[in-house]
Amino acid sequence: MNVRKQAMTLTLNDELVEVLVKPYETLLDTLRETLGLTGPKEGCGTGDCGACTVHLDGKAVASCLVLALQARNRQVRTIEGLGTDDTLHPLQDAFVRHGVPQCGFCIPGVLMAAAALLAETPRPSDEEIRYGIAGNLCRCTGYTKMVTAIAEAAAAVPQGAR
Amino acid sequence: MILPGSVKECVQALAEHGAAAKLVAGGTDLLPQLKNHLLKPGVVVDLSGVATLKKLTADKGLRIGAAVTARELERDGRLATGAYRGLAESGALVGSVQVRHLATVGGNICNAAPSADMIPPLLALDAEAVIAGPRGERRVPLRDFITGVRTTVLGADELLVELSVPDPGPHSGGAYLRHTPRRELDIAVVGVGSQVTLANGVCTKARIALAAVAPTPVHARAAERALEGQALTPQRIEEAAKLAVEAARPISDQRGSVEFRRHLVRVLTRRTLTTALARANGGQA
Ligand SMILES: Cc1cc2nc3c(=O)[nH]c(=O)nc-3n(C[C@H](O)[C@H](O)[C@H](O)COP(=O)(O)OP(=O)(O)OC[C@H]3O[C@@H](n4cnc5c(N)ncnc54)[C@H](O)[C@@H]3O)c2cc1C
Repeated sequence: MNVRKQAMTLTLNDELVEVLVKPYETLLDTLRETLGLTGPKEGCGTGDCGACTVHLDGKAVASCLVLALQARNRQVRTIEGLGTDDTLHPLQDAFVRHGVPQCGFCIPGVLMAAAALLAETPRPSDEEIRYGIAGNLCRCTGYTKMVTAIAEAAAAVPQGAR
Repeated sequence: MILPGSVKECVQALAEHGAAAKLVAGGTDLLPQLKNHLLKPGVVVDLSGVATLKKLTADKGLRIGAAVTARELERDGRLATGAYRGLAESGALVGSVQVRHLATVGGNICNAAPSADMIPPLLALDAEAVIAGPRGERRVPLRDFITGVRTTVLGADELLVELSVPDPGPHSGGAYLRHTPRRELDIAVVGVGSQVTLANGVCTKARIALAAVAPTPVHARAAERALEGQALTPQRIEEAAKLAVEAARPISDQRGSVEFRRHLVRVLTRRTLTTALARANGGQA
């Protein structure tokens, strides 16, 4: 396989970034290993667990299944870009208040899935919330609090916000 | 990695690299294969920059670009009722939302897994595969496209560009159901896609396509013929469901035994036909 690196630009958490990637490197590896964003996690590496969920052009995707070069010239958002250093996103705030994280490994992926859900469906039913995070595996099985926290945050997120 | 911006550039890249080249669309089948070293392509050709492959047009039938995603089928309002609802249902069942935003129709078909969910509804809609290659375009009925487990008629220098679905006509309805132990992130034990078209209370066209019961998705032809020209009473639907079982040549594996799969074909054929009929009659079921 050709290992010559290719240069690409992407908009990462609202900043234009230029990065050199190997041809068959995943977006997850680029984010974690090259760009130092360790929020997205590698759980299974095959798209089953959702721990690597990021937004690609606003849509939740499993970044372990995306080749980095497929994100060229596109918008990527990770958990690091969900809130700001000063203000948590309403979802993060609700997760903290409800004590949702147990081991915490799945949480960045769950939050990104939930944020994408609320962007599409600002007032989801409990069933919609459960389907919205059905692609995220929590080995601590802390789903009940997640659903409660997401429903509460949905009520707090103004319509149309990300 | 080669990053073509058009179908033409794509065909050129395939011509240049031949069998060493591997196409990637959503990557949801390919990436796990690459990671498990099941596949060692010389060069990967990325379809994500080819805008024309992402178009879905609905005008006297459908033209579905090969890179239209499962999520788009799930959410497109033009597929939400009647004849195309089964196609939307199959898209909604693929993986999880994180997978559906990536997974493409073309990838599902070209990967050619016996359990592929988006294939039965397209078979039942009599879809045609539009293929691009060095000698231009050719069209192959989808039913002839898949030749075996993970094999298709595509040459190493060709790509699938579009699925062309003929206008099913008024009073047409479709439905897709699969059986899985878990609703999300599971693989079909059996999948059934049914389509019916009615005129004056009689079924003028019936199509039933089965997944995960043979090396390739298959039509239940005897069952289809038993319905055409008939009024679709519950008894006729039940008879067709029994006939559909004969088209299945399932294997026993960890997901289900031969007997269980045959039973599921009957149950899911009955249910999808019943729902397709209601939708052909304008119902929102
Ligand atoms: C966690 C998970 C869950 C899944 N669940 C389901 C499910 O429920 N149901 C289901 O049916 N599938 C499922 N899949 C499989 C997969 O998501 C689908 O088959 C998907 O539609 C493949 O599309 P893709 O664009 O990702 O294909 P890719 O991985 O990009 O490509 C698949 C194959 O097709 C070839 N190819 C792609 N596009 C073209 C083209 N235009 N012309 C010629 N060749 C092409 C590629 O070279 C490759 O060999 C799942 C996968 C994962 C990882």
